[in-house]
Amino acid sequence: MSIYDLIFYLFAAVTIISAYFVVTVRNIVRSAFFLLFTFFGVTGLYVLLGADFVAIVQLIVYIGGILILLLFGVMLTSKITSVQIKTGTWQVVPAAIGVGLFAGILAFTLFHTNWKTGENQIPDFTLAGLGTMLMQEYIIVFELLGMILLIALIGAATLARK
Amino acid sequence: MAQVGLNHFLFVSAILFSLGILGIVTRKNAVMVLMGIELILNAANINFVAFTKYGNFGLQGQLIALFVIVLAAAEAAVALAIVLNIYKTFSTVNVDEIDTLKE
Repeated sequence: MSIYDLIFYLFAAVTIISAYFVVTVRNIVRSAFFLLFTFFGVTGLYVLLGADFVAIVQLIVYIGGILILLLFGVMLTSKITSVQIKTGTWQVVPAAIGVGLFAGILAFTLFHTNWKTGENQIPDFTLAGLGTMLMQEYIIVFELLGMILLIALIGAATLARK
Repeated sequence: MAQVGLNHFLFVSAILFSLGILGIVTRKNAVMVLMGIELILNAANINFVAFTKYGNFGLQGQLIALFVIVLAAAEAAVALAIVLNIYKTFSTVNVDEIDTLKE
């Protein structure tokens, strides 16, 4: 077992265990902090897969942006001073059975599919390739995403200040 | 505990996806539902990045992962604005108690 495998199992364990706590812990603030560890584990998996730029974007956007936004949402919508911060659950047992079945089917399918794998030669630094692709064949998608971000920003601001 | 390959990453992603669905289905708080959606988007992203390494498609998978991250940011911003509005109107964000379209 090489060091790569060890690091993979470490990050996979961090990801899955903290994701489990995200969906089961009753205190919603703790749940948000466990989400931090999930994102961190996913970042580690990206690094192991040779996606350096995606990993950094994940760190900046998810941990630095979305998670803070979610924490703001939690703080603004629950009464911190009282014990309202606990969140209820609904129909846990049937949902767990259904989701367990679903996960089983998913795992069965992925282990029995003959994926066409060939070790793709990823460059050591993916940034140059990604930048070239963004500026050439994916330029329209890039511009549209910029528009979407602007529209979402304006929409969120107008919705929230009403 | 075999040599880590494509299947290992796909398996982690499948479990993350299922946990995200479990969060969406069982939690009452709307912000928790959003967290479940983020888990699902992360699971999809792991798949994209894994197939970039083990499939033979160039860097397109990583590019699509970036697009997904951007859309997730936009989605989180708009959804939280809506959640704040719901909280102002109903004084609760539990999705099972919000069952009217008008006040």
